[in-house]
Amino acid sequence: MIFESLSEKLQNSLDKLRGKGKITEKDLDLALREVRLALLEADVNYKVVKDFISDIKARALGSEVLESLNPGQQVIKIVYDELTNLMGEKEEKLNFSSKPPTIILMCGLQGSGKTTTSGKLAFNLKKQNKRPLLVACDVYRPAAIKQLEVVGEKVGVPVFSMGTNVNPVDIAKAGIEHATKNGNDVVIIDTAGRLHIDTDLMEEIFTIKNVTNPNEILLVLDAMTGQDAVNVAETFNEKLDITGVVLTKMDGDARGGAALSLRSVTHKPIKFVGMGEKLDQLEPFYPDRMASRILGM
Amino acid sequence: RSHRKIDEELFDELEEILITADVGIVSTMKIIENLKEKAKDKNIADPYDIKALLKEEVKNIMLSSVDNNYIKLEPTPSLILVVGVNGVGKTTTIGKLAHNIKISGKSVLLAAGDTFRAAAIDQLMEWGNRANVEVVSHQEGSDPAAVIFDAIKKAKAKNIDVLICDTAGRLHNKSNLMNELNKIFRVVEKEYPEATKEILLVLDATTGQNAINQAKVFKEVSNITGVILTKLDGTAKGGIAIALQAELNLPIKLIGVGEGIEDLQPFDVDIFINSIFE
Ligand SMILES: Nc1nc2c(ncn2[C@@H]2O[C@H](COP(=O)(O)OP(=O)(O)OP(=O)(O)O)[C@@H](O)[C@H]2O)c(=O)[nH]1
Ligand SMILES: Nc1nc2c(ncn2[C@@H]2O[C@H](COP(=O)(O)OP(=O)(O)OP(=O)(O)O)[C@@H](O)[C@H]2O)c(=O)[nH]1
Ligand SMILES: [K+]
Ligand SMILES: [Mg+2]
Ligand SMILES: [Mg+2]
Repeated sequence: MIFESLSEKLQNSLDKLRGKGKITEKDLDLALREVRLALLEADVNYKVVKDFISDIKARALGSEVLESLNPGQQVIKIVYDELTNLMGEKEEKLNFSSKPPTIILMCGLQGSGKTTTSGKLAFNLKKQNKRPLLVACDVYRPAAIKQLEVVGEKVGVPVFSMGTNVNPVDIAKAGIEHATKNGNDVVIIDTAGRLHIDTDLMEEIFTIKNVTNPNEILLVLDAMTGQDAVNVAETFNEKLDITGVVLTKMDGDARGGAALSLRSVTHKPIKFVGMGEKLDQLEPFYPDRMASRILGM
Repeated sequence: RSHRKIDEELFDELEEILITADVGIVSTMKIIENLKEKAKDKNIADPYDIKALLKEEVKNIMLSSVDNNYIKLEPTPSLILVVGVNGVGKTTTIGKLAHNIKISGKSVLLAAGDTFRAAAIDQLMEWGNRANVEVVSHQEGSDPAAVIFDAIKKAKAKNIDVLICDTAGRLHNKSNLMNELNKIFRVVEKEYPEATKEILLVLDATTGQNAINQAKVFKEVSNITGVILTKLDGTAKGGIAIALQAELNLPIKLIGVGEGIEDLQPFDVDIFINSIFE
């Protein structure tokens, strides 16, 4: 039962409404209780769930749901609309600079998938006839530079690195100069994983942002993240004013409630999802599809 | 907030604490139900006592982590196999473990069983350097079971006390990757029957309810002897460990609290529980 999917759960609770014809406010509360449990099981943040449920209830009561002949359908529609709203409305594309190179800064917690996603983005852009450059600014993790080099080689994209004894801020600057000289029109800056509460490292990436003036600052977040997703997303967003999110490891069976949480605290779009370890496994994020999937529609 | 009496609001607040710590709604509801009953039985009137009772309740769930929170390395030789999904901290934890065991006076050998991820081998080699421990490795893309096979041979030949094997990160829902793991288990069983074995599942404390699926499936394919909970230096509380004990009875043995070689600690139930309620 615990492993039942969110969509099944929502569907089940709403089916109960659907079968009934006219419903009372008490029926609605019961159904919404199930929706709440399902969302919490899906790792949607506690407070986000609370707000979500109270919005739905207000909308359901404000509309003609209780009087309608088909209350279930109406509640489903409201839940679906709200979910879609929370996750954005349309596919969000990358911002490109009118004056190349376009700078993309990657950030996120340790192990979330930044280096892999940098490689995937480079591959993606190359296919669009861009000439990306990967810049290795992780000087902390053992073999991080080597990892980016291997990834770059796999997708046929050059990697700019200066070893581990240079300040990441200087590497980023030099990387952009290198790109300008060599005709690279997109620069993807891979950075070390960092905790949102690590003030030194957050200051470091803030400085990288200030000296590189990125067109995109992408927060890379693991789809399996639990309740803490809001703290992470909120803090990175406050510090860096991110432009979007990449949700990785979506090929797993996590329900991905973090997607809802981070949307509702940052209001920033999820631009891509990672669907595997291979470098061609990056897909656009479709909020409506995700909402449909969640609701099993 | 402090409560003057025991009411639904107080229980709601405790529920919120548990859920936001990733304990999960199912375990949380069970814990709160029990708490309500016990509070009634014991005629508890002071909200302060309720919190103490709740901590006790959680501690009871986690008793196997109290009795069983050490890594068994005796009798030697011993083998530690480290598994888990992508990016949770397996390789880093192995570096820390190698260092810890080495300074305790035992000889250690590492096996670079992740032949898949870019530069995974170099990463482990670097940890080998830091811990001053030798690493057995093949080329990227080679058969991981063959690496483990060679490492066992070497461990035997050199009378190594503890062999620690890294494996590639794999999502538990990918059956081909889980089968590959099976092949490694078979090699270990066949080639090193005399070794004392620990199969450790590494879980990231920032992970939500999916950690239970992970543990469940990894436990199905292997005899997981314990869990290492990493990244507890962040703001995530790792409450999933409670559900893990309640549902699967998997003891937490060690915790990761940073990226440095010393950032590995024994799991302490009381500290863990207090951090959830602080
Ligand atoms: N299954 C799956 N694995 C992924 C995905 N994206 C990344 N990974 C894996 O997750 C692990 C961590 O990825 P990295 O790219 O090294 O993560 P990172 O954020 O750069 O890590 P640090 O630099 O250590 O902070 C690796 O095993 C990757 O292969 C994805 O979309 N699906
Ligand atoms: N803050 C913190 N970071 C950690 C901890 N343990 C590991 N890390 C970091 O998490 C990231 C991933 O660690 P790895 O050891 O490469 O993880 P892995 O499970 O081997 O990853 P794959 O082999 O790609 O599946 C690295 O940046 C580590 O430095 C920890 O306890 N705390
Ligand atoms: K923590
Ligand atoms: Mg990286
Ligand atoms: Mg590894």
